[in-house]
Amino acid sequence: MPKLTIDGLDVEVEKGTTLLEAIRFLGIEVPTLCHNDGLTPLGACRLCIVEIGKPPRSKIVTSCTYPAEDGLIVHSNTQRVINQRKLIIELMIATVPSSKTIQDLASKFGVTKCRFVPEHGECIHCGLCVRMCNEQMMAGAIGFAERGKDMVITTPFDKTSDVCRLCGACMYICPCCELRCQGPNAETTVCSGCLNLEAPCLDTYDEKMCFLDPCAACELTGPFRAEKKKKVQA
Amino acid sequence: MKAQRTHILVCTGTGCVSAGAFDIMETFQKEIEKHGLQEEIDVVPTGCNGFCENGPLVLFEPEGIFYQRLKVQDVPFLVEEHCLKGRPVPTLMYTPHRKKTPIPAMKDIEFFKYQKLVALRNRGRINPEKIEDYIAFDGYLGLAKSLTEMSPEQIIEQIRISGLRGRGGAGFPTARKWQVCKEQPNSPKYLICNADEGDPGAFMDRSVLEADPHAVIEGMAIGAKAIGAEKGFVYVRMEYPLAVERMKKAIKQAEDMGLLGDDILGSGFNFKLSVAIGAGAFVCGEESALIRSIEGQVGRPRQRPPFPAQKGLWGKPTNINNVETWVNVPQIIRKGGAWFASVGTEGSKGTKIFSLVGKINNTGLVEVPMGITVREIVFGIGEGILGGKKFKAVQTGGPSGGCLPESMLDLPIDYDSLASVGSMMGSGGLIVMDEDTCMVDVARYFTNFLAGESCGKCFTCRKGLERMLEILTNICNGKGKEGDVELLEELAIMVKDTSMCGLGQTAANPTLSTIRYFRDEYDAHIKEKRCPAGFCKELITYSILEDKCIGCGACKRVCPTDSISGEKKQTHVIDTKTCIKCGACVEACKFDAINVV
Repeated sequence: MPKLTIDGLDVEVEKGTTLLEAIRFLGIEVPTLCHNDGLTPLGACRLCIVEIGKPPRSKIVTSCTYPAEDGLIVHSNTQRVINQRKLIIELMIATVPSSKTIQDLASKFGVTKCRFVPEHGECIHCGLCVRMCNEQMMAGAIGFAERGKDMVITTPFDKTSDVCRLCGACMYICPCCELRCQGPNAETTVCSGCLNLEAPCLDTYDEKMCFLDPCAACELTGPFRAEKKKKVQA
Repeated sequence: MKAQRTHILVCTGTGCVSAGAFDIMETFQKEIEKHGLQEEIDVVPTGCNGFCENGPLVLFEPEGIFYQRLKVQDVPFLVEEHCLKGRPVPTLMYTPHRKKTPIPAMKDIEFFKYQKLVALRNRGRINPEKIEDYIAFDGYLGLAKSLTEMSPEQIIEQIRISGLRGRGGAGFPTARKWQVCKEQPNSPKYLICNADEGDPGAFMDRSVLEADPHAVIEGMAIGAKAIGAEKGFVYVRMEYPLAVERMKKAIKQAEDMGLLGDDILGSGFNFKLSVAIGAGAFVCGEESALIRSIEGQVGRPRQRPPFPAQKGLWGKPTNINNVETWVNVPQIIRKGGAWFASVGTEGSKGTKIFSLVGKINNTGLVEVPMGITVREIVFGIGEGILGGKKFKAVQTGGPSGGCLPESMLDLPIDYDSLASVGSMMGSGGLIVMDEDTCMVDVARYFTNFLAGESCGKCFTCRKGLERMLEILTNICNGKGKEGDVELLEELAIMVKDTSMCGLGQTAANPTLSTIRYFRDEYDAHIKEKRCPAGFCKELITYSILEDKCIGCGACKRVCPTDSISGEKKQTHVIDTKTCIKCGACVEACKFDAINVV
């Protein structure tokens, strides 16, 4: 049973546990994108990075693929880690601005501007679909092809696959090929709309949770939208 | 072996072969037979001599007289003069740059004078395709000693005393690596020799495999005894056909002689070796990607730990070392670890092979003691910068290494000092750059290489490098903005920190080191829209200096777009609208009248 220290808390976990599992076991939040509990960890998105070891010899690793080893000192939310995560999210936004999942991540981490030219791509190569197809659907119809900047996810030789059952699991799990949240700021690269949106119903219901998803009122009459209308009219 | 009065050693490394060494060798044999000297003179094909730039190379032993840049038509004359009449031919000898007297003996040439050969001790001396030649120079003695007299612990102890560190670049202590692998309870264990050398301008591993394949076999067999492995692989990249061929031949010969296979030298120890061939991916030089490649999977690195020593090839303990590391092993065992440790610096022992390339007078493969300064290599062995230009930078460690400026010329080259200045030892590439090299373009070039060779798994390495390339290309094209360098630096640090394997973790070095030492060049590109080295095409213009142009018309004749006009003996003019900045006029002008700003 490896014993390790995470953010100053001592924890003992079973052998074979990953750092991510150990961190989440303590209730500490680590953002992930390419991670799914039902699939083998890949470590593609690099969002779940944590700092291990003592500075200045500490290094950054992805918690989803790193095994929880005895005596490891882990810091899950140092400034260094947060800065890198923000830049990763900024890069992701620039790659696939139309993904709601990524837009939400940006909102959460306060990424409010994107310094790169948006690509409007459709894939961030997180490999969720590949693993889903392989491991859960037992089809193995798609995989990675090429390398580096040319890498694509495709069927062998780009031909229609014999083993694909058109089950749609790949699309279900994909964080990118979803309809863009039609938020208040739909045209810009970084929307951050949800973050700035103050629901008008808050006056009526105070701090009670709203279960309407998406809240039609917010969508249509949110203050952000109203402001924008004013701008358009002006 | 017959005793002969002269051996003509013809270098048959890839460099000389491409310059026609096999034809030269054949002609030598024909000429010698023509003169009836075949009983007295032997023609021996050898491995790479290292001075590849001046190939084809031939060495006459025992006089040690060195001929270079031979052509087939020179051979009959050379045989007649040197072999029949005993008169060496000065016109075919090496003449140092800007000097007139040729140097007859190889050992007196600057390029060879400062070298200390350990790993390359058999280069240019033996026929790599003959096991007898290797044995004649104490070959397989180390293996015999380790199999008959030493226990695995004693072997590892000698390696530990020698202080040998991995020559593939990271510099991990070899003894510790072996010890970890030896202690693993699982079996079987595997050994791998990493000869997937993909750095542009580096050819250390290739030359070793071509010149001395048996030393690799012997080193691996000793390692196998120490670790307890019975099977090994030599992973060679596909682009090295001659090395693959020689390695395969060498394995066959060693098997025939009972030096590989079952019950080696009657000691009851078994070790088999085979060659695995890469498929052209640079990232397969990374150990976990290499292992996957041997297994037949896509060459893509995986997270460590578990390290290959714990879980490697087919999930079994595997020890991977670079070619150069393996080659050093037989001599450490034969002569003792203390002998090896007597050379080098405190933290880095022994010698290191470098491929010295770029804007330098003598290019080629050099083996030097650790701790030698950059200056000694560049201005001693390399005899200075080509064309008498000014030294600007040297890049160490291949595409992922850093560029060191002139102020670092006196830096001793070893693992730790290179890492401390933001570069790395790498596999040993040394690319020398002169004042005409644009450092932003250098960063762009290497980032482009690495962005293409990244396996693509980690988002940060794939996208980060792509975006860095985008910014660097913009800067080179004069489209750089304020703040680009800061963003570039931020990206580079992110790529370095958050990528998984060695490729990503070092990929930012060219960018970071050029920003660190040549920030003024970046600023000139961005703020003044000027390339100080006169290299970036979008930022330079060509013009003709009135006071220097004599109106000879040489530039006018070579201009591919007819952009130069002017009457004879009158000052010529370049039309900057149609000029494509190819630089042909600069090369044609003998009066330095073309001005590039």
